[in-house]
Amino acid sequence: MSRGFSITARLRPELVATITATVAVIATLAVAATLLALGGHSPGDAFAALARGAFGTWDRFVSFTLVRATPLLLTGLAVALAFRARVWNIGAEGQLHAGALAGVAVALLLPGAGAVLALPITLLAAAAAGALWASVPAAMKTEMGVGEVITTLLMNFVALFLAQFLVQGPLRESRGVFNQTDEIPAAAHLPALLPDTRLHLGFLFGVVIAVTLWLFLTRTPGGFRIRAAGASVRAAEVSGRFSVTPVIWLSFLASGAIAGLAGWIQIAGVTHRMYEGLSPGWGYTAIAVALLARLHPLAVVVTAIVFGALSAGGGAMQREAGVPEVWVRGIEALVILAVLTADRIVQGMAASRD
Amino acid sequence: MTDLAALSSFVVAAVGLAVPLGLAALGETVSQRSGVINIGLEGSVIWGALGGALGALAVGPYWGLATGVLAGGLAALVFAGFAVRLGTDQIITGTAVTIGSLGFTGAVFQSRFGATGLALELQTVPAWEVPLLSRIPLLGPAFFDQAVTAYLAYAMVPLLGWFLFRTRWGLALRAAGESPEAAHAAGVPVVRTRMLAAVFGGAMAGLAGAHLSLVHTGTFAENMSAGKGFIAIAVVVLGRWRPWGVFAAALFFGGAEALQFTLQALDADLPYPLFLALPYVLSLAALAGWFGRSRAPEGLALPWPR
Repeated sequence: MSRGFSITARLRPELVATITATVAVIATLAVAATLLALGGHSPGDAFAALARGAFGTWDRFVSFTLVRATPLLLTGLAVALAFRARVWNIGAEGQLHAGALAGVAVALLLPGAGAVLALPITLLAAAAAGALWASVPAAMKTEMGVGEVITTLLMNFVALFLAQFLVQGPLRESRGVFNQTDEIPAAAHLPALLPDTRLHLGFLFGVVIAVTLWLFLTRTPGGFRIRAAGASVRAAEVSGRFSVTPVIWLSFLASGAIAGLAGWIQIAGVTHRMYEGLSPGWGYTAIAVALLARLHPLAVVVTAIVFGALSAGGGAMQREAGVPEVWVRGIEALVILAVLTADRIVQGMAASRD
Repeated sequence: MTDLAALSSFVVAAVGLAVPLGLAALGETVSQRSGVINIGLEGSVIWGALGGALGALAVGPYWGLATGVLAGGLAALVFAGFAVRLGTDQIITGTAVTIGSLGFTGAVFQSRFGATGLALELQTVPAWEVPLLSRIPLLGPAFFDQAVTAYLAYAMVPLLGWFLFRTRWGLALRAAGESPEAAHAAGVPVVRTRMLAAVFGGAMAGLAGAHLSLVHTGTFAENMSAGKGFIAIAVVVLGRWRPWGVFAAALFFGGAEALQFTLQALDADLPYPLFLALPYVLSLAALAGWFGRSRAPEGLALPWPR
């Protein structure tokens, strides 16, 4: 299916993971087809229109599917990294907003002389802001033992309202008409990746980060510690003789930084300004993206494209087959539930063999 | 507008906004006390709103409340079937239920009322004015001139307090949430307890959703839950997993939201998004122990059996 899978197919557990993910996708299609038929739609027409919208032409694929896959790729990697270490960071949405705000603020405030450095500086600012946003739940987990599920969720809301406040107030466009920022200077735009398409360099960043994470996780002691902590906190502390606290910090900060980049890259590559409702919930969809990839960074590239295709094809499905676009969200949910179920079945079979 | 009139309309708005939050949060309190964190609560709220609207159209507004409860409970049953019965991860399952519910309610709504979803007008549930109590200055009209959903929320507070802390079943439920191993050893059916608690939480969230469509707005719109299910989880945290605390926290969140409208009405140029963020910041502070000890049930989000 992709290079990501063929590299890893030699390893048996990852083969199992690939098979369960594939089975889950097939099961999802079967359930979705049944539901579509029950809803009075033709599943064949719906899937065909969706596929045409996502992959029909080179431009549909590059300018729509891959562009929409980009924020999902980055947030998906952020979630996958954290979940690998059993850090249940469901705060990618908030970290994304923190990164978007920091990037925009720096891009707008930077004097014109800094044009050459505009991109590196804004990217750095976005990553730092995402990491900063993640550091609050990280500190609460390591210093006070407060679980990160609720704290990261709460931080999402704080970020959303902070974004609202900034685009309505201090960062509001100088025309003062809409609740959005001014357009960022051209020096801070991400250049196009392919000529005559809307695909920007951000997608390549995502792929590079995916490969880097994969190498980090499989080839370095730090990566080993994250995987060990993910396997079992107690086992990591007993057998590895290392504390998991630095591992938690590392996973949180790196995860937050990548999610922060996702927000700013979307602005620098696509919208060129920040506004309320920038993200339709990428930070949450990212959980599905990471999960379907079985938390494997290279597989996240594939699953992000799958979800990007769903998003890009949804509109075509509505126009051409008369199936409301919101069905796409339902299909996303079915994918998650199918993967979770397939996992439990595999676990059950493994347990019964022992 | 005079200051007193502004204050009075603020209190009315605060209580009105607090009722759906309180209903959903009281249900989630029971669910979390049993060890189940249901991020899919948002899904129960939106299903409750749609189920309420459809029930009201078919029969009448009061039946709509019942179908809303049913729809919210069913959404939570799907969640619990996976997360409790099958033992999948609670957080991820809940996220899926929320995403799917927002999608499928939209699909059902559009197939029934067309893609544009022309403005649906529903007969609303009328307010009942409580004699005498509703004449209390300032607080009376806010608390005691409300629809039945508000009175159900008030009644649930002492009822759940009694159930959770004064009955054997409540003890068993809390044991399943604190230490499923010990509860199991003591003969508590952990899976069944958690299933029931989660479905109860979903039913309450469904009532909250039906309140949105049948009391608050008199219509249904896609995504009208607008994060209320997520907010309810924050309300539970700020309320420290106790019914009275949760009720007070719901009023606080409702007040922060109402302030937005009051400030707009008064033409006060204050940054209301910051007021909206305040309850979340305080919830974080509460978790950090700024207002005394506050902690989640020990077994929260942990699957059973492992």
